[in-house]
Amino acid sequence: MSEVPVALPVLRKLERFEKEAGMLSWLASVDHKQIGILYLITALIFFIAGGVEALLIRTQLMFPENRFLQPDAYNQIFTMHGTTMIFLVVVPGLLGLMVYLVPLMIGARDMAFPRLNALAYWLYAIGGCLLYFSFFAHDAPAAGWFAYTPLSEKPYSNLQGMDYWALSLLVIGVGTVATGLNVIATVATMRVKGMSLRHLPLFTWMSLINSFLIIGAMPALNAALVMLLIDRQLHGNFFRPAAGGTPIYWQHVFWNFGHPEVYIMVLPAFGIISEVIPVFSRKVIYGYAVVAGSTVAIALLSFGVWAHHMFAVGMGHFLDMIFAASSMLIAVPTGIKIFNWIATMWGGAIRFTTAMWFAVAFLLMFTMGGLSGVMFAVVPIDWQLTDTYFVVAHMHYVLFGGTAFAVFAGLYYWFPKFTGRMLSETLGKWHFWLTFVGFNLTFLVQHNLGILGMPRRVFTYPDIHAWNVLNFISTMGAYLLGVSVLVFLWNVIRSRRRGEIAGPDPWDAWTLEWATSSPPPVHNFDYVPPVRSARPLWDLKHPENPDWQRGGRTRAHVR
Amino acid sequence: MHASSVLQAHSRLDQPIVHLTIVVTAIMFAILVLVFFLVVFASIRYRSRAGMPEPYQNFGSKKLEITWTVLPFLLLVSIFVLTVITMGDSDPPPTSPGGADPSPDLIIIGHQFWWEIHYPKAGVTTANEIHLPAGQRLLTRLEAADVIHDFWVPELSRKMDMIPGTPNEIWLLADHPGTFLGTCAEFCGNEHAWMRIRVISQSPQDFTNWEQQQSQAASVPNNPAAQRGEQLFRTMSCANCHAIRGVSSAEVGPDLTHLASRETLAAGRLENNPVNLEAWLHDPNNFKPQSYMPNVNLKPDDLTAMVTYLETLQ
Repeated sequence: MSEVPVALPVLRKLERFEKEAGMLSWLASVDHKQIGILYLITALIFFIAGGVEALLIRTQLMFPENRFLQPDAYNQIFTMHGTTMIFLVVVPGLLGLMVYLVPLMIGARDMAFPRLNALAYWLYAIGGCLLYFSFFAHDAPAAGWFAYTPLSEKPYSNLQGMDYWALSLLVIGVGTVATGLNVIATVATMRVKGMSLRHLPLFTWMSLINSFLIIGAMPALNAALVMLLIDRQLHGNFFRPAAGGTPIYWQHVFWNFGHPEVYIMVLPAFGIISEVIPVFSRKVIYGYAVVAGSTVAIALLSFGVWAHHMFAVGMGHFLDMIFAASSMLIAVPTGIKIFNWIATMWGGAIRFTTAMWFAVAFLLMFTMGGLSGVMFAVVPIDWQLTDTYFVVAHMHYVLFGGTAFAVFAGLYYWFPKFTGRMLSETLGKWHFWLTFVGFNLTFLVQHNLGILGMPRRVFTYPDIHAWNVLNFISTMGAYLLGVSVLVFLWNVIRSRRRGEIAGPDPWDAWTLEWATSSPPPVHNFDYVPPVRSARPLWDLKHPENPDWQRGGRTRAHVR
Repeated sequence: MHASSVLQAHSRLDQPIVHLTIVVTAIMFAILVLVFFLVVFASIRYRSRAGMPEPYQNFGSKKLEITWTVLPFLLLVSIFVLTVITMGDSDPPPTSPGGADPSPDLIIIGHQFWWEIHYPKAGVTTANEIHLPAGQRLLTRLEAADVIHDFWVPELSRKMDMIPGTPNEIWLLADHPGTFLGTCAEFCGNEHAWMRIRVISQSPQDFTNWEQQQSQAASVPNNPAAQRGEQLFRTMSCANCHAIRGVSSAEVGPDLTHLASRETLAAGRLENNPVNLEAWLHDPNNFKPQSYMPNVNLKPDDLTAMVTYLETLQ
C-alpha cells in the first residue's frame, strides 16, 4: 500500500473545513467532487427544462393543424429544446461525471487545475442562465440549435434571441475547452504510481480522448459564433449573400464542430458502458486495447465527416462521396465496440441491477441509432431522408437511447459513491421500464413518419391519416417518458435521504474509486492500493489470480 | 391529402434510390436482428445464479476482433459501391442535347413561405404548383430569395437545398400523369410547415395546352363586381406585392395572373375554391399565422368583389 503524500495536520484541517463550511462550500468549492455534483445537478435542472419543452413540442404535434402553440412559440421551443439538451444537459452532464470520476479513477487528489475546474463550471451555469434569460428579454432564439444563416442573421431574426444564443454558447464553450484541457493535464500528470496508460480505466480513456475532441472541436463553434455576432452586431458579411458572404460557410464551420460534438456526447457514454458491463457481468472487458484504440480511431475520423450533414446542399458528387466514405468508415470502430461489449457479457455471470438493465438497453438502442446513421452515410438515402422525422428518430436513438441510457446506467452505478446511499432498485426497475417503453413509443414511429415524408421542424402538419396516428402514438410515448423522469427524480430525492447505506464498494467493483469511502473524503484517498493492471481492486481481491499475472497474454494483447 | 412515401417512386430517376433504400435497410435490419439476438441470448444464458463463482476471465481474442473489424468493413465497401452507382443514376449531371451550356427548363425560387415558378422558354410565371409533361425530364434550377429552403418531392427525386446566392440544379421527372406532393425540407422560419409543393404531371399535349393558357395575360373582368374587385386590387395594398400581368408587376408575393386555375391556395394550405378564398382573404392569419400575407381588412362587400375578381383569373 502506498500512502498519498498528504501530511496528517493538513488532512485534519481539510476534514474540519469540510464539516464547517456547510452549504456555502458549494459556492466557493474547488473540490472536483463538489464541482462534479454541481455539474450533475445543474444538468438535471436543465434536463427538466428541456424535457418540458419536448412535451410542449409533442403536445402541439399530437393532432394535425393543432393550435396549441403559435409558430414563433413553437420555433423558440424546439430551438431551446435542442440547444438545452446538447449544450446544457448532455455535454455538461458528462463533464460532471468526468471531473468527479477521473481523479478518483487514477488515484489523484483532485484535478490538475482545481480553480480552472470551478471557473469552467460557473461559466456553464452562467451561460445556461444567459440562454434562458432570453425568454424574459421578449424572445428566445428561434432559428434552430444549428442556427443556419441567413435565417439566423439580423434581417430574418431581428430580435435579440439569437444574440443571447450566440453569447451564452460562447461563454459555455470557453468553459468546456478549459475542462478539456484540465482533464488532459490531470490524466497526463496526476496518475498514481503504477498507472500507466494501459492501466487506465476505460471511462478515463474515453474521457481523455473526449477532451482532445473538445479542444479540437469547440474552437470551431466559438469562431462561428463570433462571426455570427460580428454579422449581427457590427454589420459584418461572413454569411450574408447579399453582400458577398456565403451562408454555406456557416454550415461548414458549424458542422466542423457539430459532428465531433456528436462523439463528444457519446464517447463518455461508451466509457460508462465499458465500466458497468464488465462489473455486472463479473468479467474483465473483452479486448481492452481494441476498445480504447477504436475510440482513438473514432476521434480522428470524427473530424473528417462533418459534411455528411450537408449532402442536400449540392456540394457535388465528388465531395459527397468523400464524406460518405469517411462516414461509413467511422461505423467500423463503433461496431467493434458493440461486439466487444457483447463478448464481455458472453460467458459471464450477469447481475441484472438497474444499472445493467440500462446498459443492456443501451446496446440495443445505440445499435439502432448507429445503423440508421449508416443509412445517412448512403448519399442517395440521405437525399431523401435528411431533414425528415427519420433524422429525429435516428439522433434520439443515439443521444437518448445511447447517451441518456448510458448516463442512467452510470448514475445507478455511481450514485452510491456520490452519496453513500444506494438508489432504490424497485423504483429503478420502474424507471427503467417506463423509460424503455416510453422512449421506443416516442421515437420508433418517427422512423415511419420520416419514410412517409414528414419533414422535421414543422409546427404543424396537414391532416394525413398515417401521420395523425403515428404522431399521436409518439406524443403518448413522450408523456410516458415524462412520467419516467418523475420516478427517477423521486428515486434520487428519496434515496439521498433514506437509501440503503452503500459502503465503499457495494458492487464488488475493480477500479480505484471503489477503494475509498462513499462519499470519498475531501482528499479522496487515505491509501491508494498498488496499481499493476487496469483492475487494481480485482488484483487485491484475487491474489491467486491477479490480472497482471496473466502476463504474456495481457501484454501481447495490449500491444 | 395523402402521405408521400420515400419508398414509392414515380420517376425513373427516383427508382434507383428506392431500390438502394430497400437493400440497405434490409442489411441494417439483418445486423440489428443479429445484435438483438446476441444481446438477448447472452442476457438470458449468462445471467448470474445463486452461488455462482466468478466466471472465467477472458481478456479477448485477436482472431474474433479482427473478424468483427474486417467483415463490417467489407460490407461497408460494398454499400459504398452501390452508393456511388446510385448517385450517378438518380442525379445525372445537367446536359443539353446539343452539348451547349444547358439552360434550365424550369426555375423554382423559394420564398418565405411560397414557391415562385418560371418556365423561361415559354415565358410562364406561376406559383406553388409545378406542371410537368409526363415522361420528359426538365432541367430545374433551384434558387432562394431570402433564406435557405429545400425542394423535396419524395416520389420524384432527391431533395436539394435552395441557397441564396448559389443556385443548384436537378432533373425533375414524372414517368406518368398524376399529382405528387412535396414540401420545403429546410427549416426556413415561422410558416415552414405550410410551404407545401404540388407537382402536377400531365400528358405532353395537356402540358402544352396548360403552358399556352398560362402564358396569356390576365383576363379582363367583364362584370361590375369583378371590375370593382380589380379596382380594389389596384388601390388597396394588394398590388404592392402581387403581380397580375397587365395590372401590376410586383414580385414580393405569388403571381396571381392565373390564380383561379390553381388547385390550392397559400402554398398548399387550402383547396382553391371561392369559399376558402374568401376565408383566406378575410383572415390570412387564421390559416397561416405569422406569414407575410397581411390582413387588409376588406369590408364584406369589398371582400365579395375581390373574390369575384380573383375567380375570373382562369
